[in-house]
Amino acid sequence: MKYLGIEPKRLRVGVFDFTSCEGCELQFANKEETLLDFLGAIDIVNFREISSDQGKDYDIAFVEGSITRSDEFARIIEIRRQAKILVALGSCACFGGVNALKNAYNLTDANREVYGTAPRETLPTRAIKEVVPVDMEIPGCPVNKDEVERIVQHLIWSIPFNFPEHPVCLECKQRFTTCVFEKGQLCLGPITRGGCTAPCPAGGTGCWGCRGEAAEPNFKEFSKIAHERGFSDLEISERMAFFGGFEGEK
Amino acid sequence: MLFKTIAKSEFKRLVEDLLKEEEVIGPKKIGEREDGKAIHQFLPVQSYGELDLEYGRTEYSAKTYFLPYKETLSKYKFSNDNWQQEIEYRLKPRFMIGLHACDINALLRLDKVLARDSYPSPYYISRRRNTFIVGIDHPPLEDCFCRAVGADVVTQGFELYLTSLGDRYFVSINSDRGFNLLKKYAIHDVTDEDTQAYLEVRREHAAGQKPLNLHDIPNLLDIEFYSDVWRQWGQKCLNCGSCAMVCPTCYCYGVSERVSMGGDEGEKSRQLYSCNLKDFACVAGNHNFRPDPATRLKYRYYHQHRGFTETFESPLCVGCNRCGRVCLAGINPPAIFNDLQAEGGA
Ligand code: SF4
Ligand code: SF4
Ligand code: SF4
Ligand code: SF4
Ligand code: SF4
Repeated sequence: MKYLGIEPKRLRVGVFDFTSCEGCELQFANKEETLLDFLGAIDIVNFREISSDQGKDYDIAFVEGSITRSDEFARIIEIRRQAKILVALGSCACFGGVNALKNAYNLTDANREVYGTAPRETLPTRAIKEVVPVDMEIPGCPVNKDEVERIVQHLIWSIPFNFPEHPVCLECKQRFTTCVFEKGQLCLGPITRGGCTAPCPAGGTGCWGCRGEAAEPNFKEFSKIAHERGFSDLEISERMAFFGGFEGEK
Repeated sequence: MLFKTIAKSEFKRLVEDLLKEEEVIGPKKIGEREDGKAIHQFLPVQSYGELDLEYGRTEYSAKTYFLPYKETLSKYKFSNDNWQQEIEYRLKPRFMIGLHACDINALLRLDKVLARDSYPSPYYISRRRNTFIVGIDHPPLEDCFCRAVGADVVTQGFELYLTSLGDRYFVSINSDRGFNLLKKYAIHDVTDEDTQAYLEVRREHAAGQKPLNLHDIPNLLDIEFYSDVWRQWGQKCLNCGSCAMVCPTCYCYGVSERVSMGGDEGEKSRQLYSCNLKDFACVAGNHNFRPDPATRLKYRYYHQHRGFTETFESPLCVGCNRCGRVCLAGINPPAIFNDLQAEGGA
């Protein structure tokens, strides 16, 4: 229906996965309260998880996962050619995610560690934007369905979407969480992009940085704070490498 | 103002009676820090025992009960060319027990902007009117500076205010509501002995706080606008907004609209914000009035201690130092004032 006199666009959507756990694309089928309205607002023409239709007439491609095998190149290039808007969906697609952990190791060793005597073909992990241009990134491991809904609405109404620039701490405070640093734990909240409503510190594990870095993160002060509280360089850098989202610090 | 005394056991009975019918919110211990210190928050309580009236400071201020972090301002329903709006700001009366002077003063300072200035907020006013406030005196904490900003004493903004005199409370009564509630219980006229004991407690509290002279601060802030102090502290700021979230007086917010996925409903909501955040001063065209961390940090101090003072004759800040405690980078008002005063040769 019309909103403020504007007729909504019907988006023709394709959802694709590369090297990933499928957790982000499953978010498309999550949040029952609004699922029918969500699916009613868009036309899904290609989505392996929900239908065998392999339509090629999509305008918007949501791409989950990172590129780690040679056969994935041709596929992503083809999707890029077809899509008017290519959205990287989730941390793997945006910056490599957990898959990028292996980049710190010798690939043959990593292969042996995981597959033993039956090694598979594997390449260093690449984020989607390292292979083809990306128009929009939705970080998160997994992505937050509420945020996906809002982004889809913005695409429908052709309104630019502004991601939050502030760190996780703001929303952490807004849910009355006691800072986990006070309890002797490490947290990447002060340097990580907010918008997730800070579930991890509330759950007692501190933030692991799945949404990548906040705008202009203060790495210098952050590492000073973490050092003063007894965390080593190794602990800090391992935490930051976990989702690979701190590109400014590479 | 009227003064009475009430035995602590009788006050307990009063609270227990309230608990049968009403919502009672007060300082409650919710856990401990790594160093073993208690963590308190203002929370609804179910029994008198859950109230810890001897608490030091709540982690979050009482502000969130009047200006919540997120609230719905209005809801809309659309049907064809028509639409309906629904606004709800009625609130069931509730009781808040155990606010310190700084938290009550914070509400009085917020009132100036949110209840009495050009654009009073009906949402805020409704929460203020429907909250019965019982304050309580407390010995000063090692790091607060309420005296320096005139927030250690309150003479209004509460119904009842308690000062502990051993087995009884000295009660200042400031409203009909307060008196009407209290008169149902065994209260006593104040004796000379009570007055002496009360004044003694007040003297002890006043003497217990580290002296800090902030009278020159509004002026000094003008003079030291380009001071290196801002750059030095600004370098440390994480731009996280935690300070403004725990602050009892920061009231900045953003308003956003959200339309339902089906497009037939909408909601306008308000979320508290902070001038320390990079996105705070960003306007259309991606212009940012305060592009660097030092400027943002500086403006938080300018609003609290200069801008507000110019308009309303007192700083906005009530000296609770919650912002200083919560800041991981150790940025706190006394340290910044100290540096400014050193710079200004005071
Ligand atoms: S727990 Fe983490 S996110 Fe929350 S306030 Fe502390 S540092 Fe920030
Ligand atoms: S708190 Fe950190 S790790 Fe958790 S969802 Fe948010 S960004 Fe991701
Ligand atoms: S002053 Fe401290 S709490 Fe406030 S935004 Fe800066 S780092 Fe965060
Ligand atoms: S100090 Fe900053 S966040 Fe607080 S009320 Fe003033 S402008 Fe708003
Ligand atoms: S000391 Fe800090 S938290 Fe407390 S009122 Fe002043 S600015 Fe706000």
